[in-house]
Amino acid sequence: MIELRGVHKAFGANRVLCGVDLVVPKGKSMVIIGGSGTGKSVALKCILGLVRPDAGAILVDGQDVTGTDRESFLGRFGMLFQGGALFDSLSVWQNVAFRLLRGAQKSSPDRAREIALEKLRRVGLKPEVADLFPAELSGGMQKRVGLARAIADDPEIIFFDEPTTGLDPIMAGVINELIREIVVEMGATAMTITHDMTSVRAIADDVAMLHDGVIKWTGPVGEMDASGNPYLDQFIHGRATGPIEAVR
Amino acid sequence: MGLLRDLIGGVGRSALALLGGLGRGVLFLFRTVAAIFSLPFYIREFWHAVLTIGYFSLPVVGLTALFTGAALALQIYAGGSRFQAEAVVPSIVAIGMTRELGPVLGGLMVAARVASSIAAEIGTMKVTEQIDALVTLSTDPMRYLAAPRVLAATLTVPVLVAVGDSIGIFGGYLVGTGRLGFNTGAYLQNTVDFLETWDVLSGLVKGAVFGFLVALVGCFFGMNSGRGAQGVGRATKSAVVSASVLILASNYMLTELFFTG
Ligand SMILES: Nc1ncnc2c1ncn2[C@@H]1O[C@H](COP(=O)(O)OP(=O)(O)OP(=O)(O)O)[C@@H](O)[C@H]1O
Ligand SMILES: [Mg+2]
Repeated sequence: MIELRGVHKAFGANRVLCGVDLVVPKGKSMVIIGGSGTGKSVALKCILGLVRPDAGAILVDGQDVTGTDRESFLGRFGMLFQGGALFDSLSVWQNVAFRLLRGAQKSSPDRAREIALEKLRRVGLKPEVADLFPAELSGGMQKRVGLARAIADDPEIIFFDEPTTGLDPIMAGVINELIREIVVEMGATAMTITHDMTSVRAIADDVAMLHDGVIKWTGPVGEMDASGNPYLDQFIHGRATGPIEAVR
Repeated sequence: MGLLRDLIGGVGRSALALLGGLGRGVLFLFRTVAAIFSLPFYIREFWHAVLTIGYFSLPVVGLTALFTGAALALQIYAGGSRFQAEAVVPSIVAIGMTRELGPVLGGLMVAARVASSIAAEIGTMKVTEQIDALVTLSTDPMRYLAAPRVLAATLTVPVLVAVGDSIGIFGGYLVGTGRLGFNTGAYLQNTVDFLETWDVLSGLVKGAVFGFLVALVGCFFGMNSGRGAQGVGRATKSAVVSASVLILASNYMLTELFFTG
């Protein structure tokens, strides 16, 4: 279970998070939606400790994240970065197998490569791409390699920052299904950021909407359409007018 | 009044920023040394760094030394002839190369080549979130990126200096025997007779210090790079400038330490 309590974060004068409260139950899929620049990525980075919150607490399984041993803590996580963040000095399969090739429980290179190829297949990539370098791939392919890397060692908790942006509709469907599978079959806890309402409906157990630095609405995906929340309604239907200003 | 206050305020702020930067730099130094002496050690990264920092710097360091040794021979000959001491050319070229010019010019060339490329590479990794990705993959960027590079530079720059020394002395020899009329055997004999072990060794120690500083500064500015392409550009520039100044400043201090008192 992941719990955020009153998390604040500002960059200089830019107040991004102003008291975020959110609970993600174990084994559930939480989708975070919200306008561009509202701090969704920053919220995920706060949980991982990549960004230090100014105030508030973040708990994973009831334990404050700042108190834990960072390496073993992060060992339970997988993260797909919004920009992919692939290591451009390593080939695709070495990117995917990065963790498998290093650290305490490392596998043999052959075994690691085998796992990497399997994960690549799950994100719809052929074995031929394994020996290419990230710079030789298209944007959507890079994203999928990032996804394969995030799930490579079957983490308990997985964060996906916009997994389907830049993908064609069919590939987006494949990825949505994959995320769903990971949660249902492997019992992982997932937090996904997306702007794509089709993905929200395909992936989510619960939905949270971030706006103005706080969670404006959260609840099961089934209640999303009848929420009566003007912010959520405007976002779901993509209306230019409403409580959310178009220029932010 | 207002102008004066602004001026003093500005100077104060710059001084504080400089001190703050220095403090973070020293902290970074300690963290890097700690990373070098702790496990895991990324051996592949280390060999890769040895290749790029050491081996690929050989041509530029060699050429620099060759021309410097040659010019040095001409100058010492010109200076020496003013008081009939042309015979000192071989020994002064050797001492000048090994004690000062080999390490300093080698260090500066490595600063230009290596501090910039380390800062640009790590800076790009920073702005494209690759460093964040490393952390989430349970890999410490200090151990994975900084430690192998700094260790490799510390160990390989002395070797580069040794090569540069030899080539520089050879440059002096070419000019001395070809243009200044020295006897080939006598030139070499003179070089060997007057050169002491400590002349060479002190230069190699300088090289190690310079190598350490160059890689450290490159890593420091890379990891503290600002956002975007502009941030990486600024980090690269700062790395080269700082590394060069640090080399010259520490060279003076090491020379004081080694050759006075
Ligand atoms: N390292 C940083 N330094 C300064 N400001 C930052 C930093 N990271 C994020 N911000 C700022 O925080 C705000 C939120 O950024 P964030 O990346 O979380 O947005 P987002 O909700 O993920 O948007 P998008 O949907 O476009 O990805 C932005 O205004 C951004 O400029
Ligand atoms: Mg984002």
